[in-house]
Amino acid sequence: MQIASRRLFAGAALAGLVLAVAACTSDTPTTSAPSGSTPAAEAGASGKGTGEQSKFFVQADYDAQMAMRTAQPTGPVDKPWEQSIDPELIDTAAYKKPGPYHLCFSNAAVNNAWRQVGWKSMQAEVSLHKEIKTFTALDAEGKDDKQISDIAELQTKGCDALIISPNTTATLTPAVSGACPKVPVIVFDRGVQTDCPVTFIKPIGGYAFGAEAAEFLVGKVPPGGKILALRILPGVDVLETRWSAAKVAFDKSELKVVGVEFTDGDAAKTKSIVTDYIQRYGKIDGVWMDAGATAVAAVEAFEDAGQPVPPINGEDQEDFLKKWSEAKLTAIAPTYPTYQWRTPIIAALKILNGEQVPKVWNLPQPAITQDKLASYLRPGMPPLHYALCGCENLPGYPEKWGGTS
Amino acid sequence: MKRSLPIFVVLAALLVAIAVANPYFLDPPAFLAFVKRAAPLVILAAGQYFVIVSGEFDLSVGSLVTAEVVIAARLIDGTAAATWPVMVLLIALGLLAGLVNGSVTTLLRVPSFITTLGMMLILSGAVFLWTGGSPRGALSPQFRELGRGSLGPVPWSVLILVVTAAAAIWAMRADFGRTLVAAGDNDRAAALSGVRVPRIRTIGFMISGLSAAVAAILLGGFAGVSAQVGQGLEFQAITAVVLGGVVLGGGRGSVVAAMAGAFTLEALFTLLNLYGISGALEPAVQGFIIIGAVALGAVNFRRRRPAVA
Repeated sequence: MQIASRRLFAGAALAGLVLAVAACTSDTPTTSAPSGSTPAAEAGASGKGTGEQSKFFVQADYDAQMAMRTAQPTGPVDKPWEQSIDPELIDTAAYKKPGPYHLCFSNAAVNNAWRQVGWKSMQAEVSLHKEIKTFTALDAEGKDDKQISDIAELQTKGCDALIISPNTTATLTPAVSGACPKVPVIVFDRGVQTDCPVTFIKPIGGYAFGAEAAEFLVGKVPPGGKILALRILPGVDVLETRWSAAKVAFDKSELKVVGVEFTDGDAAKTKSIVTDYIQRYGKIDGVWMDAGATAVAAVEAFEDAGQPVPPINGEDQEDFLKKWSEAKLTAIAPTYPTYQWRTPIIAALKILNGEQVPKVWNLPQPAITQDKLASYLRPGMPPLHYALCGCENLPGYPEKWGGTS
Repeated sequence: MKRSLPIFVVLAALLVAIAVANPYFLDPPAFLAFVKRAAPLVILAAGQYFVIVSGEFDLSVGSLVTAEVVIAARLIDGTAAATWPVMVLLIALGLLAGLVNGSVTTLLRVPSFITTLGMMLILSGAVFLWTGGSPRGALSPQFRELGRGSLGPVPWSVLILVVTAAAAIWAMRADFGRTLVAAGDNDRAAALSGVRVPRIRTIGFMISGLSAAVAAILLGGFAGVSAQVGQGLEFQAITAVVLGGVVLGGGRGSVVAAMAGAFTLEALFTLLNLYGISGALEPAVQGFIIIGAVALGAVNFRRRRPAVA
């Protein structure tokens, strides 16, 4: 044991030595710091620092979504989940049948706050309609193989309409194609590579989200400003589109994207990354995010560094809206509205009633701006609640969504 | 000494490399920020060391951290008054998880790899069931202070780290440490010479559980509630311990080296980030380290064995 303690002591002494040596080396570089910038800064492929365009980028889809952002939706203004943009109505008389109905739902997952809020809204929407006698829902728990068997199983249950929220696009396409001949199918959120579903319901899309946030920064950050882009992870189509639209906007601007980093959606990692960038560049002039879940962590990194928070975007989650309001941020919250979870139920009933529905049901996708912020603050709701749930008038609100009145 | 030396050389080299890439890094505030960020992992590595040196594994710490943060948020729900009672509860929960891990491993003779893997799955499943993937509630500003705030220029997490490190070093120098290492080296010999091996190993697990509770308080404080907060921490902690030259299977290695291993891992991640290497590479790097370090350790071990015998 004597030996072990000596070893420990020596180890500690060495650690001290190492720190001392390290401390010495800090003197020289510090003085030269202002002129030196880091190698990573110049690494960007296009000179704007945004890198290569994503292989998921499709110009035609991008153009279509940009057009829809300014288009006027049709339908009741106070019920955006019933509105649609540029609807191309199709006839559904073939599906008309008398009630009561048995509706079925194959859900990709309920593994994040966005899906949680949406799922509750959908159940509440079901409870509004007396003509729905049975509502059968299966949760695929984020697994493609489970969803494929879920869809097969639901076809044996005598569903009058089948709602599908696909886990992934390509893998679920054959399963959806297989179900189409047997039952009217409604797909929402992510799409599939077949037009056999009666209707496909979605907000405008990822390009609109990414562009909204990027254009806000281009407007608020002075030319030459340093932008840090934070993404959750690469390779996911719905997130790739958000970034690729932002890239288009940044490439056209005078801004300099100093970093594009992946956070894994982890708050601690986000905060560390932002802290590193503040240290490395002294000042960051704008933060772009592809999703709002870690926006508060990014804001806190500036607060903890004792710096003013630069223009930033989040999403419509209550924790970010609260931070925005309390810290008086310059911010915007593009959304991917959870109210879209109400629409499939409404669509299913319309179809079974023989009413026309849009082939592609594009829901409006508003952004929360400073002037509208106050109307979306909901102090009694949980921090991860999504303000655009469209659920305020549904039965059980706010308790069912985890809030207090 | 021979065993712990390499890790300090590697750590020093990494710190110098970071300083070259980012000259501000060794300024006191920036360096303290680095230590602050590393603190939870260093504390977890120290806790993991007590389990590994006694010849076992603890794979449950990552999901234990997540469970603790989520529970804290739900129970505190933003009220300041609940802060301290909940912190005490978190510590108790950490110790309890360790007690269960230790008892199942030593009394029911389930290999710790399986026990703690089971605990990891149970905890992450329970958290998911309870939250549905979206945690409720909020941590109070008072709770956040420990992970976020500082006393003068020194972050609270750094102070907590210093206290933890001192306690760990003290424990390893005391009789407890000696018997723990003996149990890991050769549990039969230790038992024959009067060491109550099951009890001492269980205490090792409880220390690991305690370290997870402290890490949870710091991580929750640093960045707030998240259902991903503990993801992968168990492997980071084990990688750090192995990197510190502690032998898997027990009986060899120092807690100081294990903590240095954690600093090294964090420094490596910082360096990768500085050079703009994607975060996706981190698990791969960790994989190389853990295999490389164990392989290297095995080579040394074989060479040394005849000399010992």
